Amino acid sequence: MDGSLVLIQLLNGLQLGVLLFLLASGLSLTFGIMDFVNLAHGSLYMIGAYICATLAYWTGSFFLGILLAIPLTAFAGFIIEIGVIRHLYPRDHLDHVLATFGLILCFDTLVQIFWGVEGIAVQLPKWLDGQVELFNGIIFPTYRLLIIITGLFIAAGLYWLVNHTRLGMLIRAGASNRTMVSALGIDIKTLFTGVFALGAVLAGVAGMLISPITEASIGMGNEIIITAFVVIIIGGIGSMKGAFIAALLIGLIDTFGRSFLDDIFKIFMSAEAAETAAPAISAMLIYILMAIVLSFKPQGLFPPKVR
Amino acid sequence: MANLETTQNSQMPDNWTSLFTATGWANLILLVGLALVPTIAYYTGHPFWIDISTRLVILAIAAVSLNLVLGYGGMISFGHAAFLGIGAYAVGVPAYHATYGEFEAIASYNGFFQFGLAIAVAALFALITGAICLRTKGVHFIMITMAFGQMVYFAIVSIETYGGDDGLVIDTRSEFPGLDLSNPIALYALCFISLLVVLYIVHRLVNSRFGMVIQGAKGNAERMNAIGFNAYIYQLTAYVISGAICGYAGALLGNFTTFISPEMMDWSRSGELMFMVILGGAAYLLGPVFGAVAFILLEEILSGFTLYWHLPFGIILILSVLFVKGGMSGLLSRLGKRDG
Repeated sequence: MDGSLVLIQLLNGLQLGVLLFLLASGLSLTFGIMDFVNLAHGSLYMIGAYICATLAYWTGSFFLGILLAIPLTAFAGFIIEIGVIRHLYPRDHLDHVLATFGLILCFDTLVQIFWGVEGIAVQLPKWLDGQVELFNGIIFPTYRLLIIITGLFIAAGLYWLVNHTRLGMLIRAGASNRTMVSALGIDIKTLFTGVFALGAVLAGVAGMLISPITEASIGMGNEIIITAFVVIIIGGIGSMKGAFIAALLIGLIDTFGRSFLDDIFKIFMSAEAAETAAPAISAMLIYILMAIVLSFKPQGLFPPKVR
Repeated sequence: MANLETTQNSQMPDNWTSLFTATGWANLILLVGLALVPTIAYYTGHPFWIDISTRLVILAIAAVSLNLVLGYGGMISFGHAAFLGIGAYAVGVPAYHATYGEFEAIASYNGFFQFGLAIAVAALFALITGAICLRTKGVHFIMITMAFGQMVYFAIVSIETYGGDDGLVIDTRSEFPGLDLSNPIALYALCFISLLVVLYIVHRLVNSRFGMVIQGAKGNAERMNAIGFNAYIYQLTAYVISGAICGYAGALLGNFTTFISPEMMDWSRSGELMFMVILGGAAYLLGPVFGAVAFILLEEILSGFTLYWHLPFGIILILSVLFVKGGMSGLLSRLGKRDG
């Protein structure tokens, strides 16, 4: 019984991990290539979720909703890049942070104006809205399993894109030396816009995937974006491999901490003390992990080679 | 170093002649205005203004503390709201135990104890997190301070005893001999005098040898190391002082709102403090105070027009980043140069 609970939490942790990867990879791409800090990345996560929720409601199909929401989220990213972000590349990080903080305020309010304060629930198709038996009688929600599989597929796709395509070659080249890439005749402006839109889609897809579980709500991105920051700090800012490993690590540690820490604490302290301490410590667990990693490796676990 | 000192003199009213520039006059008007306007408004039957001004002055103290590290030290801390929260809970938690029992050791209404605790805990938190954050720089520093700030937020949310998400009501404000903080004028006087003291402390700090070192490290930490200063230690000290001041502001905030919740240390609050510093003009002593005034006035005016005031507010923020260089003090000094 206990073993199966561990396995179920392992899957839950994986599910959180792949979502974090979708967010962190976009952050890492924009930082690695444009040297741009985007606090408003969480807003794209929220926008994706809202667009998908609305389209799913109109079309009556969750999958059609996602399919239509992806180009729309990319378009949103495109507009934001051209309207605001593009003008910030030559500025310092402080300006990036402030301007994208302003963007967050705008998006949260715009969503409130268009969709209201209440969150929007998303209806799953019947065949996904149940549970599957994996093995040895371990039962897991079908949809969460689908999130894990989708996330891993996207991660594999990103790996292929970055390492085996011409675009990926430009992305890698841009990350190591921007000036040289533009000197070789590559239209760096278009590349940056494309990469930003790609990051927007990745964040948006994460929001779309989570919306049937948590519903689309205002500020949903502002909480998870900090966790995504922790992921890329631990993984090494600008590294995709680091983002992937750290995302799964954080997903697992956070999930396990929340479900098992009180049991572990009960071994060496009173049940009452454990009940009080465990929630506080498990809430801080990933930050403590970040502190530990940074005290040994200030650049994160897998810092990109050239920067 | 020489270069730094000359820029210092042009910005600071170090001597009396420099006080009578456009910037100097603006400073004087600002401080006298902050002292008089709410007081007069209160005694002529507009108590609303003293509420706004108290909040303004408390946030200004927090922004001044942030300016010490951000403006002068170049350390872009995105976690200063955590210090505000720590300070506020250092008032709320002892008061809670004094009312409802348990933890006799910290149960107290005594203002000196509560404010001392606020400063001590904030300084300790700054020391521990600063020691880790300052090993990194640039973007890492921004994100890590933000993450540590959020850590405090989540820790408080998960402690049910102190209300968790719902927050905590402070039934009894801090008790100082001869000072009744439930009197709005007395509370405002304490906040305003605190602001003046904090401004004086920061002024002395940044113009001291210590201040020169942290400003030098902002430009080039390696060079400071090379000429024999351990930049890390100086920066950490500045970070701890800044955290302690911000913790003190938090204790004032707790006494002002009498209701404290994790909401007050959400990272958007850190962003607002940063906005005040930049809007007013970083590395300029009274910049954050100007910024706080502008911020509070904007908030009051915009929220009077529309429920969705965050939208124009965000747009103003973006536009001010894109088009206004050096904040309001930058505008002022450019204005001053045009005059003479």
